[in-house]
Amino acid sequence: MTRAGEERNRAMLRARDAMDAGYEGELDIAALARLACCSPSHFIRTFAATFDETPHRYLQRRRVERAMFLLRSTPANVTDVCWSVGFASLGTFTRTFTRVVGETPTAYRARGPLPPVPSCFAMAWLRPSSFGEAGDGRTALASDACSPR
Amino acid sequence: MLTSLTITSLYVLDQDQALDFYVGTLGLEVGSDLDLGFMRWLTVRVPGETREVLLERPGPPAMDGGTADQVRDLVTKGASAGTLFFNTDDVQQTWDDLKAKGVDLPEEPTERGYGKDFGFRDPFGNHVRIAQLPG
Repeated sequence: MTRAGEERNRAMLRARDAMDAGYEGELDIAALARLACCSPSHFIRTFAATFDETPHRYLQRRRVERAMFLLRSTPANVTDVCWSVGFASLGTFTRTFTRVVGETPTAYRARGPLPPVPSCFAMAWLRPSSFGEAGDGRTALASDACSPR
Repeated sequence: MLTSLTITSLYVLDQDQALDFYVGTLGLEVGSDLDLGFMRWLTVRVPGETREVLLERPGPPAMDGGTADQVRDLVTKGASAGTLFFNTDDVQQTWDDLKAKGVDLPEEPTERGYGKDFGFRDPFGNHVRIAQLPG
């Protein structure tokens, strides 16, 4: 595997895997960029070119996906869910969740429990696909802040 | 009536590197490693099992160069649907062994609804999971 594009894909995938695994922690762009062996600005640009969204946005979708799972599979209250998926403020969590999912965490919870499936597939397929502006990821990218949190 | 599933296929970008990873590191055994002239037929399996994984290199003449490039792009983005699920009788020990061998492990064994498992990637981007299931 020597082709530059493939090495780049693999490096970006490594950083994305780190977000999947460590979503609840304080992931900063500098650390992720180190994992991907490039500078922070280069990392954000390359990640977006590879996966069609900024790292920040991907991480938010990952966190919201975990929150969706916890709300429907555990009795944890909304505040605890908010902290445990890595949001630093309940306001930001509720706003982001509602924007992504289209309903509040409490309303989403009311849909009832999820069936058990392998977590990696649940993670990938339950991850919300948009922030309500689906169909034009480029527009969203341009206006998106570039660092997690 | 079908009686068993014998071989599934996985795209790898380099068969030597794949052999080193799946046999040398993960501990699978070679099922077949045959030079058919037109291709290298390389399969691996869990020791003692009959089901094999064909480690196939995307490229001409099986597919045109442009298509092979697309496949390679997808594999390295983790989007080629290359996924292998393994079971183990000691997930923590397996994790420790792989860690000691220098495998890039982004997550630790984690309790899930169905058992305890962890995921990582082969050198190319394919998704590997190892689980210890209850019972």
